[in-house]
Amino acid sequence: MKALRFKRNIPRYAAAKIAGNIMPGSGASFGPIDLIQEETSKAPGKDWVRVRPRLSGICGSDLATVDGKSARYFEPLVSFPFIPGHEVVGNLDDESRVVLEPVLSCSSRNISPTCTPCNEGRIGNCENVTLGEISSGIQTGSCHDTGGGWATEFYAHPSQLHSVPDEFSDEAAVMVEPTACGVHAALAAKLEDNGVVAILGSGTLGQVTISALRHLTNPRIIISTARYPEQRRLATELGADIVTNPDEIHRAVRRACGTKAIANVSEKSPEGRVDRLTGGADVVIDCVGSSKSISDALSITKPNGRIVLVGMPSIVELELTPLWHRELQLIGAYTYGTEKLTNGETVSTFDLAFELVKKAKLEKLVSASYSLNNYQEALKHAANAGVRGAFKIVFDLRDERERNIK
Amino acid sequence: MNTNNKETSRPSPRPGFVLDVDRNTPPIVFHHGENFRLEKLPTGRSRIVYPSEPLAGIPDPEGAIKDALLNPLGDSDPLPSLLKPGMKLTIAFDDISLPLPPMRKPDIRQRIIEAVLDMAAEAGVDDVHLIAALALHRRMTEDELRHAVGDRVYDSFAPKGLLYNLDAEDPEGMVVLGETPHGEEVHFCRRAAESDLLIYVNINLVSMDGGHKSTATGLAGYTGLRHHHNVHTLRNSKSIMDKENSALHASNWRMGDVIKDAGVKIFQIETTVNNNTFGREGPLALLQKREWEWSARDRAQFIAMQRGLDLMPVKAKRRIFGSWQSPYEMTSVQAGEVEAVHQKTIENVYAQQLVTVEGQTDILTMGLPYICPYNVNSIMNPILVMCLGLGYFFNLYKGKPLVREGGVLIMSHPTPWEFHPVHHPSYIDFFEQVLTETTDPIEIEKRYEKQFAEDEWYIHLYRNSYAYHGVHPLYMWYWGSHAMQHLGRIIIVGGDQKAVHRLGFQSASTLQDALEIASDVVGPQPTITHLKNPPIVMADVI
Repeated sequence: MKALRFKRNIPRYAAAKIAGNIMPGSGASFGPIDLIQEETSKAPGKDWVRVRPRLSGICGSDLATVDGKSARYFEPLVSFPFIPGHEVVGNLDDESRVVLEPVLSCSSRNISPTCTPCNEGRIGNCENVTLGEISSGIQTGSCHDTGGGWATEFYAHPSQLHSVPDEFSDEAAVMVEPTACGVHAALAAKLEDNGVVAILGSGTLGQVTISALRHLTNPRIIISTARYPEQRRLATELGADIVTNPDEIHRAVRRACGTKAIANVSEKSPEGRVDRLTGGADVVIDCVGSSKSISDALSITKPNGRIVLVGMPSIVELELTPLWHRELQLIGAYTYGTEKLTNGETVSTFDLAFELVKKAKLEKLVSASYSLNNYQEALKHAANAGVRGAFKIVFDLRDERERNIK
Repeated sequence: MNTNNKETSRPSPRPGFVLDVDRNTPPIVFHHGENFRLEKLPTGRSRIVYPSEPLAGIPDPEGAIKDALLNPLGDSDPLPSLLKPGMKLTIAFDDISLPLPPMRKPDIRQRIIEAVLDMAAEAGVDDVHLIAALALHRRMTEDELRHAVGDRVYDSFAPKGLLYNLDAEDPEGMVVLGETPHGEEVHFCRRAAESDLLIYVNINLVSMDGGHKSTATGLAGYTGLRHHHNVHTLRNSKSIMDKENSALHASNWRMGDVIKDAGVKIFQIETTVNNNTFGREGPLALLQKREWEWSARDRAQFIAMQRGLDLMPVKAKRRIFGSWQSPYEMTSVQAGEVEAVHQKTIENVYAQQLVTVEGQTDILTMGLPYICPYNVNSIMNPILVMCLGLGYFFNLYKGKPLVREGGVLIMSHPTPWEFHPVHHPSYIDFFEQVLTETTDPIEIEKRYEKQFAEDEWYIHLYRNSYAYHGVHPLYMWYWGSHAMQHLGRIIIVGGDQKAVHRLGFQSASTLQDALEIASDVVGPQPTITHLKNPPIVMADVI
């Protein structure tokens, strides 16, 4: 088996952090991630099946890990060493294609009775991610025992697998997992009909969220931020009505909502700037997760409005007075599970994601693929996707020799 | 300045002229925002249109004003006979956008208003309002109003609420007087409409100003302005500086008829100033000299000034240039019936500014200065750069444009991506939202005008802060629409590249680069004309 393995190695982790700060993605060259060759992996339990990835995506949380920027929050929730990669389309041993739903919930851990969130279909909120038959890990890709998608093989529990319809290309299939995150975020927004929603960030997560909002909700206006021309173009194509530079979001939301603006006036900061709005968007979905993006969200959401945090934040510094004063709701949206639709129907997020990928042709977000041998290049490309006009960067394992040994 | 015209003018000021560039022509000064560039134009195919030297000012302005008020033009009685006790009198005056740069004290408006008020007091008129006719421009500050009307007038009227800025968004304060035969609503200041006499005090810096435009535009709001401040009208104004061929003026003149028919009695007072923009002496005087006449001292002074400005922070430069007040001298004053007065005014403007130019050119170059009508005490943002170049300087022609259809316009200006947040809030939105979508004036008008005109926040800032009206940046864009339609390419030299591209123009770091880029459009060896402005020069292209 060939794989990229992430070890616990504090000095190399520090080196990755420094390198990642200088050049995003270059933590791969200095950090505790290595390309390894091993005999084969071992199933963590009797029900588990082998998956040989075809395509395996690189996501923002993976990059944070590689560049040493992950929150220490996750330390007890993962098990080292692990093989990253949770956006996967692969083959089972019978050659059928599957997409991985990577959350390691009670079912995959063989825990019975299952916890309340898992009972309710909210597997992302599973309370037992450190318990059961397998070692800690919130998802495949952070658990030592299961392996991960950045390898020629790994193991998955049948409850994690979804069959891929024949009409789906591998590129479409690999987009199902990130799309499910966007679907979950869009529905967590609880946007009323004719509401105004702003999406901060238009990398892959921002784009799929825009698409989900357009197809699954009925907004009056979708406003999106975009830093680069290709992000701007695609956001418009996927359904954003207004696309603006991140620095211009306050004014864009003000214009769209017809609200007024407030500025902190001082000698150094002249009257007339727009620091925050008197009203604002009904919902803001933050797909960035930085101090700035969350602050922006707090200043452009209307009183009693809702902010959905989808982008993985780390340690942020925030002025929370507006949260208190404007009685805002700040909620997280992590992964997926089952969704309750407005008609009362309960649907699997992945089922909705499969439909959305097909309808919106989201395979177009797959911009480039690399072999595992070129992982450093791949991670640099992914970390600089925006500036290079790209979205989803994937590892293409279809031609890896180790994968195709019978 | 000297309030008494101590500076001496040439006994016979030389008229403007066209210089053919040859080997002996020295580098030419191009205005470049708050700085200058020295540019060498290609020999044998370049020419420079130089402004006239300043005409002599009237030696006794007060006497001339009094004489004009007592001896009006056209079908009008002398002012004293129009003033009666118990009457309602409104005096409206041009706002901060005139003249440019602001003139040294005493401002012409002050001289005229004081003379008018003396006569009104003599006649026992005590219901007098003074209104800055700013239409949708920003409100003037106390300092700016004091500068325009003088402390004595300000202190007598402003504290009682009798001297104020027009509020064209006050539903109670505005009235529709009727419609022109073309269906144009005439929106007007109610106080002016309901007065027994409206006196308008004008400073006619360029031939676009004055006439019925003073009141039909200056005392109007969006309801009225939209009928002529639109792409169709501006594209059919060839040019806006030539009333006889300007759809903008035709519309204002039609509105003028409606105002008259509604019973509004107007006594128009118009003035002209000379070209003494930078002074005959002092730090900027060499900007009024022709380069080959510079002394060694002038050259040294220019180099020192340019180097100093290069090193200076932008804010400091802005402060220095912003404090410059031109020693303009009044060259004429005429009063009475609007059209008769304006006819005379235009003759006087042309006497100072018009230069005959033979034939059009492939490439027109111009150096844009630090100031335009909408950034006094403010920042010249990219939209204003566009408007100054394409809206004003390009239109400084009679007959036909200086540059041929499909030709290239090269402007020099730093074009900073910077906006005055108080004065130009809707400009920021226009730049951020509209120009990222489209730069087509028709499309902009169709898709965005209503949104910007009716935005409550902009209206609030226009009425209560010092903001230009929400729709104003769109008007700026329309102002350039004739030029945009006419030109094959527009290039800005030395501008912020991102800002220039957002405007939809091309960016060049040097004039030579710009000329090379232009050759794609006009071919090799194109003819080049440089409009050396300011001081203001207007081309009569034959």
